[in-house]
Amino acid sequence: MTTVIEVKNLTKRYRDTLAADDVSFSIEKDTIYGLLGRNGAGKTTVMSILTAQNFATSGEVRIFGENPYENAHVLSRMCFVRESQKYPDDATPRHAFRIARLFYPHWDQELADQLIDEFQVPMKKTIKKLSRGQLSAVGVVIGLASRAEITFFDEPYLGLDAVARQIFYDRLLEDYSRHPRTIILSSHLIDEVSNLLERVIVIDKGRIIMDEETDAVRGRAANIVGDTAAVDAFVAGREVIHRESLGRVSSVTILGELTAEDLSLLTRAGLDVAPVSLQQLIVRTTQHAGRTAGDAERAASDIDEGALR
Amino acid sequence: MIDEGRALFLQIAESVEDSILAGALAEESQAPSTNELASFYRINPATAAKGIAMLTDKGVLYKRRGIGMFVSPGARELLLGERRAAFADRFLDPLLAEARTLGLGPDDLARLLSERAARTLTEGTAR
Repeated sequence: MTTVIEVKNLTKRYRDTLAADDVSFSIEKDTIYGLLGRNGAGKTTVMSILTAQNFATSGEVRIFGENPYENAHVLSRMCFVRESQKYPDDATPRHAFRIARLFYPHWDQELADQLIDEFQVPMKKTIKKLSRGQLSAVGVVIGLASRAEITFFDEPYLGLDAVARQIFYDRLLEDYSRHPRTIILSSHLIDEVSNLLERVIVIDKGRIIMDEETDAVRGRAANIVGDTAAVDAFVAGREVIHRESLGRVSSVTILGELTAEDLSLLTRAGLDVAPVSLQQLIVRTTQHAGRTAGDAERAASDIDEGALR
Repeated sequence: MIDEGRALFLQIAESVEDSILAGALAEESQAPSTNELASFYRINPATAAKGIAMLTDKGVLYKRRGIGMFVSPGARELLLGERRAAFADRFLDPLLAEARTLGLGPDDLARLLSERAARTLTEGTAR
């Protein structure tokens, strides 16, 4: 595998907040990554530094082995679809696509036209007057049709309805199969995108708390549900990351793959095993990381499952 | 179709195995390609490729250069053996556990089983 992005000890400080805290990771060629985490976790900061739209406080970033700052050779091979991209006041989608076509060497006009049609992008309205969904569609068209070697999509689906989101996911997979390239998709709708992702990187409070193959993460945790005493007996000695009770019934989330032996033990104890979705696992891991970091009280009060949705 | 909490590549491999077991995918016939599986299940092509690779390692599929993946001769027999071995664990243990909760003994189960089997059989022939 070829590494296309290498990040070492990246730190970004805004006054007294650390948006990125000593972050290191690498991105392989022709792979779809998910950059996941809560709002404000540091996803956009990291992507804007990688695309040279923001400066690091310290640390090192290498794109295709080079420093991206004011490096036209590197920048034209990357496309960053920002969640809140700014355009000139009188610009229309037509202008935006024409500029993108000039800038990106692999631009595919046929694909752009097809997407414009599917997303029903109004070409002559000024971008300022577009709805949130239409603005997202402009970004999605540019991100896909640019066929850049590295494409970043920052929450690309905001304001898009379920049908439009599905069109985006389908076209992304389709075009990626034909023209493999590196795609980094930042999202907090984890379950909706998880099947598209080969690897996931989870950021929490400016730190990376997970960087793994998506399939390896699935099945890593399980919910054990049943009579509290029986559940407690089973989970004793295992790593428990979450616990809920209702009367005498408990639901406990544990880490670690269940063996065939575990499963037959569970069946005989009359306990149920409920799968943990990637989203639930990340929520639980994030909560768990918050607690073990020593700020248990804050984690309990300000993190809830709904916050990631 | 896809359930959470289990490695996707395993589920993709199982879906192909199910087609072979059901006879929908005959031995020596062409198996779906990585891209076909990826677009059908809306998953990452690399994940689909991993499922196919697992079936190749197991000897269920084999590659014909330049054409694609095909179902190996003897694949169905191999899968039948594997599924039969896992049958008791997968289906009987949960059945027995629920029966115990409901106060049904092995004799009650045997009676229910033969009653149901007879009914499915007549329904099957009536069709």
